[in-house]
Amino acid sequence: MTMTALLQFLQTWWVELVCAVVIVAVVPLIAGYVVLVERKLMADMQARLGPMRVGPHGLLQPIADAVKLLIKEDIIPRDSDAFIFWLAPVISMVAALTSMGAIYFGPSFRVADDINVGILFIIGVSSLGFLGIILGGWASNSHYSMIGAIRSTAQLVSYETAGGLAIISALLLSGSLQVRAIVDAQASHHMWFIFMAPIGFFMYLVASIAETNRAPFDLPEAESELVAGYMTEYSGFRWALYFLGEYANMIVVASVATTLFLGGWLRPFPNVQWLNWIDFLPALLIAAVGGYCIYRAGKQPVKVQVWFMWAVALGCFAVALIYVLPWIFAPLRFAIPGLNGAFWFLLKVAAYIYVFMWLRFTLPRYRFDQLMHLGWYILIPLAIVNVFSVGVAMLLESEFGWNRWLAMIITTAFTLAISVYLVHLHDKRAAAASSATAVTSDSYAG
Amino acid sequence: MDHNATHPNDTLLGADELVLNMGPQHPSTHGVLRVKLKLDGERVRGTECVIGYLHRGVEKIAENRTYQQFAPYVDRMDYVAAVSNGLGYCEAVEKLLNVEAPPRAKVIRTILTELQRIASHLVWLGTHALDIGALTPLFYCFREREEILKIFEKYCGARLTTHAFRIGGLQYEAYDGFEKDVERFCKDFERHIQEYVDLLSGNSIWIGRTRNIGVLSAADCIALGATGPILRASGVKWDLRKAQPYAAYDRYQFEIPTGTNGDTYDRYMVRMEEMRQSRLICLQAIENIPEGPIFGKVGKVIKPAPGEIYHSIEAPKGILGYYIVSDGTPQPYRVRIRPPSFINLQALDKMIRGHLVADVVAVIGTLDIVLGEVDR
Amino acid sequence: MADESKPPEKSESSEEPQPASSAPPQKSVPVSATPPAAKPAAPPAAKPPAPAPKAPPVAQTPLDNDLVRRYRERFGAAIIDALEDRKQPYLVIDAAQFSEIARYSRDEEKFDLLEDFTAVDWPRREKRFDLIAILYSFPHNTRLRLKIPIAANEQPSSLTAIWPTADWLEREIYDMFGIEFSGHPGLKRILLPDGWQGHPLRKDYDILQQDTTWVRENLGIDSGQ
Repeated sequence: MTMTALLQFLQTWWVELVCAVVIVAVVPLIAGYVVLVERKLMADMQARLGPMRVGPHGLLQPIADAVKLLIKEDIIPRDSDAFIFWLAPVISMVAALTSMGAIYFGPSFRVADDINVGILFIIGVSSLGFLGIILGGWASNSHYSMIGAIRSTAQLVSYETAGGLAIISALLLSGSLQVRAIVDAQASHHMWFIFMAPIGFFMYLVASIAETNRAPFDLPEAESELVAGYMTEYSGFRWALYFLGEYANMIVVASVATTLFLGGWLRPFPNVQWLNWIDFLPALLIAAVGGYCIYRAGKQPVKVQVWFMWAVALGCFAVALIYVLPWIFAPLRFAIPGLNGAFWFLLKVAAYIYVFMWLRFTLPRYRFDQLMHLGWYILIPLAIVNVFSVGVAMLLESEFGWNRWLAMIITTAFTLAISVYLVHLHDKRAAAASSATAVTSDSYAG
Repeated sequence: MDHNATHPNDTLLGADELVLNMGPQHPSTHGVLRVKLKLDGERVRGTECVIGYLHRGVEKIAENRTYQQFAPYVDRMDYVAAVSNGLGYCEAVEKLLNVEAPPRAKVIRTILTELQRIASHLVWLGTHALDIGALTPLFYCFREREEILKIFEKYCGARLTTHAFRIGGLQYEAYDGFEKDVERFCKDFERHIQEYVDLLSGNSIWIGRTRNIGVLSAADCIALGATGPILRASGVKWDLRKAQPYAAYDRYQFEIPTGTNGDTYDRYMVRMEEMRQSRLICLQAIENIPEGPIFGKVGKVIKPAPGEIYHSIEAPKGILGYYIVSDGTPQPYRVRIRPPSFINLQALDKMIRGHLVADVVAVIGTLDIVLGEVDR
Repeated sequence: MADESKPPEKSESSEEPQPASSAPPQKSVPVSATPPAAKPAAPPAAKPPAPAPKAPPVAQTPLDNDLVRRYRERFGAAIIDALEDRKQPYLVIDAAQFSEIARYSRDEEKFDLLEDFTAVDWPRREKRFDLIAILYSFPHNTRLRLKIPIAANEQPSSLTAIWPTADWLEREIYDMFGIEFSGHPGLKRILLPDGWQGHPLRKDYDILQQDTTWVRENLGIDSGQ
């Protein structure tokens, strides 16, 4: 019974299993390279070069870092609960990876086939990551780690609320929680939801930065603060798990935003017939990148780097060829939506993550009480108002026959006015107090 | 209760007055500074600074060196602004000898000191911004500072502890292309200051972290002896370069920037504006460097007549004073250095009370202390 | 006279050639450049105060201006002396009235900034230490030094009630010289570790006498020679 049952299970679910294995194996590697991209971007914005030594242009840096972390001594604090200490980063990573299971990376690239509560599943499971944080802080057996963990959790929970409320505006527009249905709704509107619910997008952007503990909301893990954060006592690969979990979370959050607001795997202006030539852009863009690599190859100072640039260029051309082939060979036509979709999706996720990184290098850090105040006094009220206004806009369109754009613009203007008022209140309050008042959800204060 | 590290038996929650220890190794104390914070929950109720980790006995060393031999030691106090220290010392001994450096030496000294002021403020800006979380200004500031250090290196061979001046004038003539280098730097620098201002001044997060943080009134400043940009940011329009000009400062036009509130943001604005004014001074100076000797009438053995002198200058961090007592021998009898950072650091307690723990790094940063000078 | 060997290393810009006989011809040429004191003493054999050409311009001169008169009026004998050295005025005052004089300086004479407060050790004097307070007036843009001679065990009154900046300055004086200030809110060592023995800036303290015990116990090394 067991053998046949197993074989049957594999037969039905092999696609999903393969995708799951790919995610678990590949995503940490990709997260590692996202770290490298961040370091290179940071360096570029700071007028320096970034990792250059390990591999050509530092491309083997993540591998080197991973190897170093793997061979480090495993230190566990003496009085800590060893099982929880081991479990906490695992929970963090598992939460991030599991939530990736429900994401559609293209019209057909996914693990789980269209969960009917797709978005809710993703957000819910990725939120379970907070368990990893708090358990890690507790298991470190250090007061300051605990405080950092609690702060981090408080921040996460507050901004999760704000982010969830911000998402509702897009869900209202799509009418469904299913990922595929959301993207199809955007296709049928010929417009990404960011243009129809822009305030929701920006609120989700801010909330997602806070959810992933990125600057300017990274006080709980900043080095120059007294409380060094929940990750202090973790070294070696345990720390790497936390770190990769954070970057995997970034990818999840970016994917959610892309799905909901940026059209998922749709190209810009989807379903607009006279713009169908945009469908050729992926291949062209990749080929252009390849061409640029060839151009730069001539300027490299070292032989290895010249060859490397050529290798990258050839890789780009190979990928571009894969994109072009279906147009040439009719039997491969079916692959076009999949390939193009994956390209657009990854491009949008990359752009969203680029904005994350850009903000990190530009903005200073919020103090914790300012952070909580921003979340509870500005974002959440604004999110509620936004839900209300998007709903009103939809109602005006469907019941009263208003022009959709007019309704949207008016309600968006209304929400903007509310946001300006809220910020004004915030400034007044900050100016009145000589320093910040007590933290709203300061769960550790006496 | 003194918490140097976590102790399993101590309870944290519910402690009425908790003492939190910051340093001496800490990324944001700008050196080996230990600050014991008395906290009530999240608010600071009092501080106690423990200093002396970098005490090297410079004043005692001075009693066993000749005047010229002691000159390199003063660089090592405020090592971020070594040229200023050297200027103060050389001018003090020159006053003790009743000689004056020739005009050409004075002008070149002024140019180098103003460049050093810019370099010191750049280090301050980069590290202060880094403490508050802005990662990028540090690199931009150090990029500009690199140009100044290149000028120093071309001039005297050293970047940091320069020993650029000698008692009586200068040892090295301005190198070929000195004016051009300084001019090029100053012309470039305006746009860079604008970069920093764009990055930070209007940024609401920056304002939120620095406005009304660490407020020090003018009366408090004077009572506590805090001088330099701290005093000016509290509204006192006073600069020793204008009040009692030394070197060649009486020849040049420059403004004294002041603030209104005496908070961290005002100190930031004052120092930014000071950089601009230093740049203007340099531009005015290089247009007309007088010809002539660079070394005054000072012999090989410096033996001032018995007596004493006090001379102070406006160093980037505040008033830097030298009180030198001579007993007629080639070695000073007593050298006392009035260190601006030491005296400014006293104001930390007053500035930080009532603020949150997260503001401590901002306030320490805004004081612009260098532990080499605090401890000597 | 040892001065015969001195001329090659010029202590000042006065040109004194080696042979004494050629001194007279030199007399006419640089008479305007060299200080007058050198020339009457041209015969080098009987010239004890040869290095003294510097002395006249920089001696401490007694000072008697409005400021000094006001102080003298107010405090009489407590102002032991008023001198000017290299154009910088200072008052030598009695330690007994130190606090009142300081308060008067801040309130009436408007010396609102205590720029520095330090001490000098003259071990062979009866009153061993000289406390030096350097005051600056913002309104008048002038400086004044107060010099207070005190004996080895004397406890001068603290200035912290008048100028709060004196807090750490007095702690440093205590640390370096061992002078205790009465009325100081928390007089303990500031630069040296709390358990250090000895006061380094005293003249009878040197590297052989430093606190090797502390160093051995706390740093684990044997310092000093």
